[in-house]
Amino acid sequence: MTPAPDFSLATEEGGRFERADLLGHTTVLVFYPFAFSPVCTDQLNLYEEVQDEFAQRGARLFGVSCDSTWTQKAFKSQLGITIPQLSDWEPKGATCRAFGVYHPAGFPQRALVLIGADGVVEWSYEADSPGDLPGANLIFDALQAA
Amino acid sequence: MRGPESARLAVVYADFECPYCAALELRLRELPLRVAFRHFPVRSSHPRAWPAARAAEAAGLQGRFWEMHDALFADQGRLEDPHLWAHAERLGLDIDRFEADRRSAVVAERIQRDFDEGLRAGVATTPAGFVDGRPVDLRQASTMQSISFRE
Repeated sequence: MTPAPDFSLATEEGGRFERADLLGHTTVLVFYPFAFSPVCTDQLNLYEEVQDEFAQRGARLFGVSCDSTWTQKAFKSQLGITIPQLSDWEPKGATCRAFGVYHPAGFPQRALVLIGADGVVEWSYEADSPGDLPGANLIFDALQAA
Repeated sequence: MRGPESARLAVVYADFECPYCAALELRLRELPLRVAFRHFPVRSSHPRAWPAARAAEAAGLQGRFWEMHDALFADQGRLEDPHLWAHAERLGLDIDRFEADRRSAVVAERIQRDFDEGLRAGVATTPAGFVDGRPVDLRQASTMQSISFRE
């Protein structure tokens, strides 16, 4: 298990979300390739359906992509979901690279990273292909094991 | 569950507002399979999937699950309450009982149980399914000209 790397992402409110913001919470970063794309849509809709259960297990989820904050907010609004979004827009993909999930074609690989309240990466998962949708069961299993 | 008892068992996770699921249902009727239907409604994808699932289960309590299932898939553009009542009337259901049942905790728990079991089995999108206990890519299959579960 390794500590989460230093990173900085833009929040929907115009602030930054950084490594220090992980401390004291169990966090799941959901790296997804593109807002509005079909599989990302299905993925966020599915996780939204079980948001309460994640919360009951003490975990908070964030969607992370290289889309701009405005795009992420429009995506979230169109889906009608509540999962907060974090943007890796500028410098593009820097956080994705720090976590080792930047796809050579210029977008986040579909990946899940579970980080404990101490800032240590407890579990991570990278889909075989950006088109694969990891079931929510993977996150629940990881939370249980953590 | 429907289909010949001797046939292979297909467990299908679907929702009534999902167009891929409707296409798959048409294909499944032509295949020699015994089909078990499981609900997998995701609210933000398909806002009427839950009410439709409740209607199917309420019809099931009057012995008409599959008839309601077929009626819902046959007319996916119309899943609002008046359409659900119209289906129930056409099927000759006791409407007062249908109304009470579809809002009942028993029906909600049944749907939630299907969803939770699917989730635990790794279901992430609809339709998803298992034939003889093995996962099958039904979303792909439903778009194909022919589908065969025999490899």
